[in-house]
Amino acid sequence: MIKDSLLIKNGRVIDPVSRTDGIKDILCCGDRISGVSAGINEKASKVIDASGCIVMPGLVDMHVHLREPGREDKESVSSGTAAAARGGVTSVLAMPNTEPAIDSVENVELLKKIIHSGARVNVFISSAITRGRQGKELVAFELLKKSGAAAFSDDGCSVDSGDLLFKALVKSRDKGFLVICHCEDRKLSAGGAVNLGPVSTRMGLKGISAESEYRRVERDISLAAKARARVHIAHVSCAESVEIIARAKKKGIKVTAETAPHYFSLTEEAVLGYDTNMKMNPPLRRREDLEAVKRGLREGIIDVVASDHAPHTENEKEVEFHLAEFGVTGLETELSVAVTELIHGGVLDWQGLAGKMSLNPASILGIKKGTLSGGADADAVIFSPQEEWTVNAQDFVSKSRNSSFLGKKLKGRVRYTICSGKVVYAAE
Amino acid sequence: MSWVRKDLLGLEELNREEIELILDTAESFKEVSSREIKKVPALRGKTVVNLFYEPSTRTRVSFEIAAKRLSADVINIAAETSSVRKGETLIDTGTNIQALKADIVVIRHSFSGAAVMLARKLDISVVNAGDGWHEHPTQALLDMFTLKEKLGRIEGLRVCIVGDIAHSRVARSNIWGLTRLGAKVTVCAPRMLIPPGIEQMGVDVGYDIDEALSGADAVNVLRMQFERDAREAFPREMDYFRKFGITRERIKKAGGNIIVMHPGPLNRGIEIASDVADGPNSVILEQVTNGIAVRMAVLFLVSQANDKRFSAD
Repeated sequence: MIKDSLLIKNGRVIDPVSRTDGIKDILCCGDRISGVSAGINEKASKVIDASGCIVMPGLVDMHVHLREPGREDKESVSSGTAAAARGGVTSVLAMPNTEPAIDSVENVELLKKIIHSGARVNVFISSAITRGRQGKELVAFELLKKSGAAAFSDDGCSVDSGDLLFKALVKSRDKGFLVICHCEDRKLSAGGAVNLGPVSTRMGLKGISAESEYRRVERDISLAAKARARVHIAHVSCAESVEIIARAKKKGIKVTAETAPHYFSLTEEAVLGYDTNMKMNPPLRRREDLEAVKRGLREGIIDVVASDHAPHTENEKEVEFHLAEFGVTGLETELSVAVTELIHGGVLDWQGLAGKMSLNPASILGIKKGTLSGGADADAVIFSPQEEWTVNAQDFVSKSRNSSFLGKKLKGRVRYTICSGKVVYAAE
Repeated sequence: MSWVRKDLLGLEELNREEIELILDTAESFKEVSSREIKKVPALRGKTVVNLFYEPSTRTRVSFEIAAKRLSADVINIAAETSSVRKGETLIDTGTNIQALKADIVVIRHSFSGAAVMLARKLDISVVNAGDGWHEHPTQALLDMFTLKEKLGRIEGLRVCIVGDIAHSRVARSNIWGLTRLGAKVTVCAPRMLIPPGIEQMGVDVGYDIDEALSGADAVNVLRMQFERDAREAFPREMDYFRKFGITRERIKKAGGNIIVMHPGPLNRGIEIASDVADGPNSVILEQVTNGIAVRMAVLFLVSQANDKRFSAD
């Protein structure tokens, strides 16, 4: 018997690094994987039978709002990471739009303490780009990086000053850190609640144009090119953004991009009943945009699927549509939505999915995750790819229930989530 | 055909039969207002709450009179939109009204979708008296009732709606209702006041009022809210009148027989000339009168449907 060990038997192992795809066993000792091969017969202290299941590297979700510190009524590090575990996510990048914003070494240290005492999965920290996410004054990038910031983003806000963003990008190249851009020209989107077009017209709501997104995508990419820096574009939702990113990649600009499950599974039509759980920023767009996002995923234009998990209380959502907060939860449904739409929908194969949801975000963030190979961190998700389940508000472990998928039937159910060699979630 | 909805939230969701049922029911209620004793006991013992988050006199008074002519008890609540955020939520206000054992809430709200949201949360009936830019179903119903009274039909009529289409709930409800009953609708406005994708609601779009009026059986003239949304699109009121105002000359040029409607209150000399508003083509005051019959019909139908729903449980 190997002390403190875990043996995952007979699962179909998908590893995007070694391109493994086959029935194998995985032996974890402590927090590391010690071996992946067929027929491991060592005696482990815990054995999981993964027959009929897919075993993938634990998901790396690089766009998560844990809300702590400051808005523990919506979510906390503890509840948010428990939700992550239920969704097969073993690493999250926590966005800095907390209260206070994560924009100083002091606040990073505070968050690290909270993570240390309460996190159920790995939490990486994104600092803001500007103080208080106000878009006026750059943060102390080097110090923040040293204290543990894995990336920088003014998430929820675009850095309106092109000059300031350019300076941040130049520094990011020199000092080797990642800038993530939320692309939105608020002069174009202000007051909007849904996608601008026939749906906003029918609903009598102010629209958010695709221009408000893609013009900013265009600007941020050209600033990155000029700074010879890399840049990551958050939550791509429209066809034009996909086109712009495709062109930039072709030119060799170091841009990476992410989308969220709702952008490849839902269209603006879902908003027609004024369901505030369909209200997010950027908004659900047209069918053509959804198809473009899928094409972007298939053709490698979009590198990452991340949830943009944005928990809100019922009080903030059960109000007039115009007043309701933007954002939806996603940690507990993202794998299943991706399996349903991308795997069963024929957009990606398993290797592709493991790339988009674990290896690629890990590489972009420069963290050693996203692989199931000897010596790697023992982070894995084990799920039954065909099993159907119904999303039920009562089952969420997140503090919030503002999911776009309530009542929906999804395929692919997480059976176990393993983080650092420990079972952090097991389905009943 | 019987009415089964507990609420009236908009005309988009109604089929032709349902709209016709409201109009037919209104026709039978119209006579009540010309009786010596203007009252029938149809809603006796029922309580109607007018919950108005936006200042409105005519719609509120019209609903109040309609309810009273049906013998209902009526309570008026004027809530300030500005305090919505700080104070009680809309849902809490609604559930309180329900706890007071009211039977119907008539809601006017500045945010689109407010009536839909309230109706989802309440078991009692909700009637939309205008929500944001979304719908104002009873206004469109009374417009259609008036048209039908004047011309004998809706099917095949050509109706022009002119004004700030983008910010108009009256326009949207009229578009749904008229097209569902087989009328041909043209919306006409300055480019900036035509919302994107409006054609997908089944209308033609025109930017020249004389063209839009030519061959039309009726024109519905929207109130221009220069104090609000229309200002940025049309900085000078007089320019609007010159380009889009409904004048005697324009009526004459278009054939002279066009019926002129307006939901009120009028901006004389801005969207409509005084001599047109008061002239032979105008049915504006008849619309006001018909509003009572239409609202009586709506209150009656939703109340009956909800009574049935509960007795069926």
